[in-house]
Amino acid sequence: MNKALMTYLIWPVVKFSIAFIIVQVIVASMNWVERRLLGLFQARLGPNRVGPKGLLQIIADPIKFLLKEDIVPSRSEKIAFFLGPVLPLLPAFLVFCLIPYGPPPTFTIARVNVGLLLILAMTSTAVYGIILGGWASNNKYSLMGGLRSAAQMVSYEVPFGLSIVGVLMITGSLDLVTIVRYQEANAWNFLPQIVACFIFLVSMNAENNRTPFDLPEAESELVAGYHTEYSAMKFAFFMLGEYSMMIVNSCLIVTLFFGGWSLSMFSLGLTTEVLQGMGLFGGLLGAAIFFTKVMLFLLMYVWFRATFPRFRFDQLMDLGWKFMIPLALANIFVTGIFILAGQERLMYWIGMGTIGAAAFYLFRPKRAVAKPTTQKVAHAG
Amino acid sequence: MFDVHEMEVNFGPQHPSTHGVLRVLLRIDGERIIDAKPIIGYLHRGTEKLFEHMAYPQCIPHTDRMDYVAAATNNLGFVETVEKLMGVTASIPRRAQLMRVMLSELQRISSHLLWLATHAIDIGAMTPFFYTFREREQILDLFESYCGARLTLNCMRIGGMPDDLPAGWLDDVEAFTAKFDPAMDEYESLLTTNRIWKKRTVGIGVLSPEEAIEWGITGPPLRGSGVEWDLRRAQPYECYPELAFDIPIGKNGDTYDRYLVRMAEMRQSNSILKQCIPLVKQTPAGDIKAKMSKVVRPPEGEVYHSIESPKGEIGYYIVSDGKTQNAYRCHVRPPSFVNLQALPAMCKGHLVSDLVALIGTIDIVLGEVDR
Repeated sequence: MNKALMTYLIWPVVKFSIAFIIVQVIVASMNWVERRLLGLFQARLGPNRVGPKGLLQIIADPIKFLLKEDIVPSRSEKIAFFLGPVLPLLPAFLVFCLIPYGPPPTFTIARVNVGLLLILAMTSTAVYGIILGGWASNNKYSLMGGLRSAAQMVSYEVPFGLSIVGVLMITGSLDLVTIVRYQEANAWNFLPQIVACFIFLVSMNAENNRTPFDLPEAESELVAGYHTEYSAMKFAFFMLGEYSMMIVNSCLIVTLFFGGWSLSMFSLGLTTEVLQGMGLFGGLLGAAIFFTKVMLFLLMYVWFRATFPRFRFDQLMDLGWKFMIPLALANIFVTGIFILAGQERLMYWIGMGTIGAAAFYLFRPKRAVAKPTTQKVAHAG
Repeated sequence: MFDVHEMEVNFGPQHPSTHGVLRVLLRIDGERIIDAKPIIGYLHRGTEKLFEHMAYPQCIPHTDRMDYVAAATNNLGFVETVEKLMGVTASIPRRAQLMRVMLSELQRISSHLLWLATHAIDIGAMTPFFYTFREREQILDLFESYCGARLTLNCMRIGGMPDDLPAGWLDDVEAFTAKFDPAMDEYESLLTTNRIWKKRTVGIGVLSPEEAIEWGITGPPLRGSGVEWDLRRAQPYECYPELAFDIPIGKNGDTYDRYLVRMAEMRQSNSILKQCIPLVKQTPAGDIKAKMSKVVRPPEGEVYHSIESPKGEIGYYIVSDGKTQNAYRCHVRPPSFVNLQALPAMCKGHLVSDLVALIGTIDIVLGEVDR
């Protein structure tokens, strides 16, 4: 067989299929994991009826979606209504090709030297599906959900992109593999880029319409937002798109800020060379490390959902435009100064200091937790 | 097409956060509310008319079904009004009075817990819902062990109480009161100091004390505006005068202050429960009914009497012709209905998201609004 065909078509397709299946299994099980975890957080059980520990819920849900009636509202725009749930799926699935799951070359599907740009370009198209679906439903709540979503995703695309610039500046590459290799030779990027990491974390929540930024589908305000009129598989596609994007974003934050598949800093520990030296097992180990980190971030999504109330729309915009974007710009500026001065290592100390200060603030001794209400309430009688 | 800025939205009657079947006709510009018009009546059952055709004791179960999350206080308001009409208020045995107070305060806690649950979930925090329901279940269990019902209690009678307390009930209440304050701390740790929660509630739906009084608002929304008016103190009934409790009041009259007031009220109710337990133990068992005729036939006359329900002032106006066993006319002053009237004024200029918070902060029950 032609060697070029092998390298450029067969292998990528095979690898993509495997990665796709694994990721889809994670997507499906994420639903179960989320509900079980929420159950744990909320003093209840969560799904535990179908199969052992409710695990077969992963299969039962898709079957239910397949068997449900597919309702199309009578005065909707049929084509746009159909495109709504399908469009967000495409970028979400395509992006999976670009993420390095383990040490190269075996565990990267498509190594593109502008990988990061390509990912940004693809993920930002996801908003079209949501706004199309919201508009085509011919429902006022859907329309409002779609508009909210459009404004939100476009706004948070900016800090999302800007936060990555800092990483680009210190690693000097758009290639995700190079970024990971840089991190294992130096420190993981969350240390020198602690501010960017924070911005990325917040805006990826906003990009995904997850709590506390779940306004487009705020069930207590807009019934179900842009997917109010969707049922059966079309609804499932929206969910699939959302959960896929959650995983994409978790993969991205792990790759950009938390060392990707490696468990090493300053070339110590499980570096790519060590993993490659172990052959296929090393590769699998790298992938396992990668997915463990991804799962931690997925868990964090659930944790956020169990903890936070929801922002209001104008507050969300204020946070995005008046806080996140200036902060991201300042971060780029400061990073530039450090690089010009040749003091990149100094940023590690700043990062560690910030983390220490944040930890100190979070775990500070609380003042009289018992009576927080009396602050504004005067007692009489 | 594009020069039309206003949109009309039917918010309800089937909407997840209208707490039943409230319909709000909204005129919105983008997300900003220009005008809101609550449309009620979907749950109208003609309760007041029904009262005219039933003997007084038969009316009590129907009062359950008005504010169906606070049945005990509804019962209490009705039976006290009839007692006042008959002139037997003073002869209600002390044990019965204490039992009424305990049931009312348990009911106040359970009603406020339901309010907190729905209010929080409306603003997007879903976890408090499950935490509050954990404690609410325990209260409902207490109700069940007293009168057999969990929601529609029918737990009071004209002239006293239907049954004496079951054995061990007071100990169960004591166990509950001991557990409740830590549970309150848990809810508050999720919300009170949460920045997002504050952003969503501080300065939303501000009611000045004057406005609140003009609208006839009562209960926690009135106290949230800083007016110290609680019927348990202002027009004392049962044995409230001898119980020590504070009336929490707010300062700014916004949604956050109303939240703080209700949270503080739950703690106060819990302290009232704690005080009642030893007092009940001092009273002779079984002394729960006033000496009066079995047939309730009040003399000719009319009376208005009101008590402090969890939602505000619930008042009953009863006219008796002195001849029959049923009321000539009975009118109910439901706190939810009156408090709801301020909604259009409160939500004008706010966003759609705030409307949800405001419906929650008024704490309406449509069964009571529509009757």
